[in-house]
Amino acid sequence: MTRYLLKRLGGAVLVLLVLSVVIYGLFYLAPGDPARLACGERCSTQQVAQVREQLGLGDPVYTQYAHFLRGIVAGRDYSTGTALLHCDAPCLGFSYQTDQQVTSLILDRLPATLSLALGAMVIWLVIGVGTGLLSALRRGGITERALTVLTLAGTGTPVFILGLLLLMLVCAYLQWLPFPTYVPFTDDPEQWAWNMLLPWLTLGLFESAKYARLTRSSTLETLAEDHIRTFRAYGVGERAVVGRHALRGAVPPVIALSALDFGSVMGGAVLTESLFNIPGIGKSLIDGVREIDLPVVVGVVLVTGTAVVVANVVADLLYAAADRRVALL
Amino acid sequence: MTPVIPVTEQLIEVEDLTVDFVSGGETVRAVDGLSFSLAAGRAIGLVGESGSGKSTVAGALLGLHRGTGARVGGAVRVGGTDVGTASDRELRALRGAVAAMVFQDPLSSLDPYYAVGDQIAEVYRVHTDATRRAARARAVEVLDRVGIPDAARRAHARPHEFSGGMRQRTLIAMALACEPRLLIADEPTTALDVTVQAQILDLLHDLRAETGMGLLLVTHDVGVAAESVDEVLVMRHGREVERGPVAEVLGAPKRTYTRTLLSSVPRVDTPVARAAAQPRPAAGEVLLEAVGLRREFRRGRRSVAAVDGVSLTVGAGETLGVVGESGSGKTTLGRMLVRLLDPTDGRLRYRGAEIAAASEKELRPHRRELQMIFQDPVASLNPRRSVGESVADPLRAAGAADEERIVARVRELLERVGLDPDRYDRYPHEFSGGQRQRVGIARALAAEPRLIVCDEPVSALDVTTQAQVVALLAELQRELGLALVFIAHDLAVVRQVSDRVAVMRDGRIVEQGTVEEVYGAPSDPYTRRLLAAVPVLDPVLAAARRSARKALPEPAGNVVAV
Repeated sequence: MTRYLLKRLGGAVLVLLVLSVVIYGLFYLAPGDPARLACGERCSTQQVAQVREQLGLGDPVYTQYAHFLRGIVAGRDYSTGTALLHCDAPCLGFSYQTDQQVTSLILDRLPATLSLALGAMVIWLVIGVGTGLLSALRRGGITERALTVLTLAGTGTPVFILGLLLLMLVCAYLQWLPFPTYVPFTDDPEQWAWNMLLPWLTLGLFESAKYARLTRSSTLETLAEDHIRTFRAYGVGERAVVGRHALRGAVPPVIALSALDFGSVMGGAVLTESLFNIPGIGKSLIDGVREIDLPVVVGVVLVTGTAVVVANVVADLLYAAADRRVALL
Repeated sequence: MTPVIPVTEQLIEVEDLTVDFVSGGETVRAVDGLSFSLAAGRAIGLVGESGSGKSTVAGALLGLHRGTGARVGGAVRVGGTDVGTASDRELRALRGAVAAMVFQDPLSSLDPYYAVGDQIAEVYRVHTDATRRAARARAVEVLDRVGIPDAARRAHARPHEFSGGMRQRTLIAMALACEPRLLIADEPTTALDVTVQAQILDLLHDLRAETGMGLLLVTHDVGVAAESVDEVLVMRHGREVERGPVAEVLGAPKRTYTRTLLSSVPRVDTPVARAAAQPRPAAGEVLLEAVGLRREFRRGRRSVAAVDGVSLTVGAGETLGVVGESGSGKTTLGRMLVRLLDPTDGRLRYRGAEIAAASEKELRPHRRELQMIFQDPVASLNPRRSVGESVADPLRAAGAADEERIVARVRELLERVGLDPDRYDRYPHEFSGGQRQRVGIARALAAEPRLIVCDEPVSALDVTTQAQVVALLAELQRELGLALVFIAHDLAVVRQVSDRVAVMRDGRIVEQGTVEEVYGAPSDPYTRRLLAAVPVLDPVLAAARRSARKALPEPAGNVVAV
């Protein structure tokens, strides 16, 4: 177990290093001048050069990268020309655009993303597993065919189309809800929930199609197994056979996949966050890319990478806990 | 007004039972007009080869075909319940409480996610209004009864933590939980080693003596039936071939099919009557010699020796039988002998050349002469290539290029192993198990080998097919002067085909000698135990051996493992 965790930790560090190198490389090759963008439209060439100097953009790319790594481990100092700013480890640098520390920027955006991920997961688990189970039990009937069509439609519809349709229907046409704006949970839990409802539904419905298919296939698989026959042959009622034994077999893959999806949503559900204007991690990634804000992009990508890697480990651990035959290697 | 008291109550009454399976518009009749009955407390064996419909009958007794699309005709009464017309509720009350089924594959027949004790308790609570706690206690009680050591603690284990024998005991414990009047056992020992099989059969015998349960035993193994039942019903193609008291049917069979079936069963209690009984060329030249052969496998940080210091010789034209239970290392040894697996240590000489550590290039001249036949003819043939192409592979590998001559040679080989050469272009799934094994033999012969290692070549086959394949191997050996290493878990088959026998246990050879020496006067206690566990066809002898087995000391370490 400890061995397994250490091995995975080593792997994670490697993945993150490779990720950051790739991002640095891409930005070095990409067109556009971050110094000019950071300085603004009206800067003179001289001012731009000064900003470039301040941001350390004049250094060779490997020196910039080495500074960046040192900042994560030991923290680093920045000069703004007028003052010296200290950034504590782990330092992901300052945004070129807002002069805000990237770490605090990401921490600010974390609650919004977390709200989205948690709520969406509840929806995809309830709706996905529910419809999956139902279509497994009503196999061959009208219900199953209808559900199959629905889940196919769900997988086939891009998340922004689904979200727009929901917005148009619920907010514009039926006017059941106002257009959502993000309200932090700590400010007003009730408003938070009402405003998050549509984003949750959008992402949850989109993901639930996958879960419906997974639940259906693993339930059917389990129902065909020999041990189900054993309990039927011992007079155990159909409800207990399905509820206790068939559904139990469907649980491990569903939780493992949930952990993975939760990880990638934490890394930023870019489309959903942009569509509903949720100030989350995904949205900051989009903004960072648009403004060639290298520190922000690298920071967000690293956080995303970490979330996915951690989710993978958690998925493995949960799977092993749900199915004791699996050994962690 | 006289109360009707039946003289002997019938536990099972089956009258004109037919079962049809419908798949894709095609109807297959699995059981065809079968009738039999079983009095309370008696035992009947349904014996037949695969596809004879015997398991289908067992399922019909509990109404397991209901809702599967199978059409069931005729009348089935079990313990007074008419299975055909009973409501779902009545059927559930029958299942487990009146008649309990012990299934074949004990690993897949238990839910992998729950503790074995909880699974037994669940079944118990369906049929009684016991509390959760009382049901758990009952589970521990029955687990203890079937010989699970430390049952209270082991009840918390999940099925994968048990050995095959313990899982089978668990299934029997589940069957016992509600004190049924009838036990239906569907091939309860097929997946088990012979010593474990003997223990399970002895357990069933003791339980019946203790509780007075009736038993319906479904088996393909006539020997298993002889050990356990009063009456035998031989089935073929869904019909009854012969029925009667076990001693009569097995001792003086009336039907030709029963006689064929019985004569196909390899035995350890009759004189060796093998095809190659005529004097063989005295094993002159030593073809293959292994000295101190060893193979380790890594398991995590530890390494386990699967084969540990094995020395043996194989002479030209002779058959060396290697016999042992699962996990004894016999397959690993076989694969090393033809260098499909590299030995960790030891020497291996083939016709004077040292090949234990030889490079692939040095091995090349010998590869052709060392061939292997595998256990599972389904898995060892590529399903996407025609059998002709599979047989042609060794020819092409040896460098043959002339397409016409390759095809001619393959057709010749197919004919030689008793297959229609016109089926060159057919695919493996179109062949029966025995035919597929013949394809495997043809493929091994294509390279014109001097030595073939046969790894459990007949263990997946029915006895009549098994006899045919064994006869074919003996015939080929005589004609071509092949040396065979015949690996099997079945002591009787090994005795039938071998000149000399090596008995393996835990990676070592515990005893080695001629068939007469090893089977006639075994010197090692393990060999004696193995031989005592082999079922025999004579019910009287079987009973005598059962009591003799109880007198044999269990070797330490084996009690917990099974």
